[in-house]
Amino acid sequence: MIKITNLHKSYKMGNSSLHVLKGIDFEVEEGELVAIMGSSGSGKSTLLNILGMLDVLDEGSYLLDDVLIKDLDETKAAKYRNQFLGFVFQSFNLINYKSALENVSLPLYYQGIARKERQEQALEYLTRVGLADWATHLPSELSGGQKQRVAIARAMASKPKVLLADEPTGALDTKTSYEVMDLIQKINEEGNTILVVTHEEDIAKMCKRIVKLKDGVIVEDSKVKQVLAADYV
Amino acid sequence: MFNRDRWQEIFETIRKNKLRTFLSGFTVALGIFIFIILFGFGNGLKNQFQEFFLDDATNVIFLFPGKTSKPYNGFKSNRRIEFKNDDLSDIKEQFPFFLEYITPRISRGAVVKYKNEFDNYTTRAVGPAHQFAEKTILMKGRFINQDDIKNKTKYAVIGRLVAQDLFNQEDPLGKFIDIGNSVFKVVGVFQDDGGDREERYIYIPYTTRQLLERSNDKLDQIILAFKPQIGHSGSVLFERKLREFLKKKKSIDPSDPNGIYIRNVADQLKQNQQFANVLQLIVTFVGLGTLIAGIIGISNIMVFVVKERTKELGIRKALGATPKAVIRMILQESIFITTISGYIGLFIGIFVLKNIGVSLQDYFIKNPYIDTSTALFSTMILILFGGIAGYIPAKRAAQIKPIIALRDE
Repeated sequence: MIKITNLHKSYKMGNSSLHVLKGIDFEVEEGELVAIMGSSGSGKSTLLNILGMLDVLDEGSYLLDDVLIKDLDETKAAKYRNQFLGFVFQSFNLINYKSALENVSLPLYYQGIARKERQEQALEYLTRVGLADWATHLPSELSGGQKQRVAIARAMASKPKVLLADEPTGALDTKTSYEVMDLIQKINEEGNTILVVTHEEDIAKMCKRIVKLKDGVIVEDSKVKQVLAADYV
Repeated sequence: MFNRDRWQEIFETIRKNKLRTFLSGFTVALGIFIFIILFGFGNGLKNQFQEFFLDDATNVIFLFPGKTSKPYNGFKSNRRIEFKNDDLSDIKEQFPFFLEYITPRISRGAVVKYKNEFDNYTTRAVGPAHQFAEKTILMKGRFINQDDIKNKTKYAVIGRLVAQDLFNQEDPLGKFIDIGNSVFKVVGVFQDDGGDREERYIYIPYTTRQLLERSNDKLDQIILAFKPQIGHSGSVLFERKLREFLKKKKSIDPSDPNGIYIRNVADQLKQNQQFANVLQLIVTFVGLGTLIAGIIGISNIMVFVVKERTKELGIRKALGATPKAVIRMILQESIFITTISGYIGLFIGIFVLKNIGVSLQDYFIKNPYIDTSTALFSTMILILFGGIAGYIPAKRAAQIKPIIALRDE
């Protein structure tokens, strides 16, 4: 599903440049649930941003679903993001003046799906994350866990090839974190490919594979026995 | 072009961001409103000005006799100059090339009576041509004619307000009024655009006035008109020749600044028109200034709106909005708001202008108005600039990488 070879990325900081990713080779198969771990500054978020086409790579190649992601202008990137990727952010990033239902239907709007169908599909995804009753509520009326579930429903609504989650539990307490992870595991069980960036051991252990980054290189890449979040909820 | 879904998205955004919508709409409406009001007032000022100064004939020269200030040709200084009837015929004879018409004017105050009504009025003893010099408009009957002058008839032409005061509802034509203890027959009633004062005059034949004053042949002043085709420069030449001729005839030192005064309306007219042009310039300047202020206002609001929405735009882009879609959304929204509120401001402005117009006459603003094309054009300009003001920050926001936009808190 994802194939990265010899990925380099550096940021210009005034006169000096900061080499963040120093040659990463990385592959993800369909249906995997991968945790990307590392301390802050290890380059894990940069990696995710490049995977999410929110940022561009300096060197190396990136294949997503056998499509070479290269020389993207913003228009193309937007189309690919809409087609291939779903995002879940640490700070939820819901549009605050739109209801839960409208937030979920937004990627469908950009896919050009008619309003009525959009809302039906969005409601279906809201039902799947258990928030059908909250469809008309604004994000400000939802708890943190509910917000993140709306965000996940939104990310899933466009039926992406890969779901990218950047510290999805970073702003949540432990119990809510496990609820969110339970949801992510269930989505993964349905065959979806998911990448989770986290620095929390327990969250990482709920994935099927852990990739550890340190100073811009992969230091460890191992399959683990998945801990079911449902056991803790 | 029309996309129902896109409009729905925009209406939703507008509905859920009422304060923002109101603020930007208000700026536009206010800009247009103030522009219309100021521009309308400027036009009103111009109207009033034109009524004040431009109601008389514009090719008229007034001659006034004065006192000499230099001795000349055996005469002492400080001699009073008088115009006589033969001056009229001499000027007529001397300047056929320049002259269009000529009339004397002798003004006297008099108590005028009709039945039990009486009041003080100014009578003007004039010739037939006076009607053209003052642009007197006859409502009833006729003006003083050549026969009246020849026969020294006791006929009077009275102003509209004189008729109103003395005759009430009665028809004054053919009635006899008492002017300074002489009986005159009313043969005409006139009105004048120059205002109330002008409509309180009574015109009588100048020969009749002279007859009443012991058959003298003195004239107060002479009013004459030059042929319009000689133009302003021709009139200046005429004025100079006239002065030379009269000074010679009346034995006045050619270098004496007093003795005879000449007032050329064409000179005045030129000044007045220059003043009117300056007024027009000020009106245009004020209008432009307001419009620019409005444009700056909208630009500010638009920059602020886009800045405020940076994060939202980042989210939209992460979810698959293309830069084009982002720009289109912001532009469509801003143009929609500026159009609606622009026209609201336009209509309120025109409405207010129409309704307060009459009550401003005391403040030298008459019939303020703005022509439709100027109003529509300025509204369109504001909408256009609202669009441009929205486009620039929108384009910039659309080019920002979503990752940076998302970091924006």
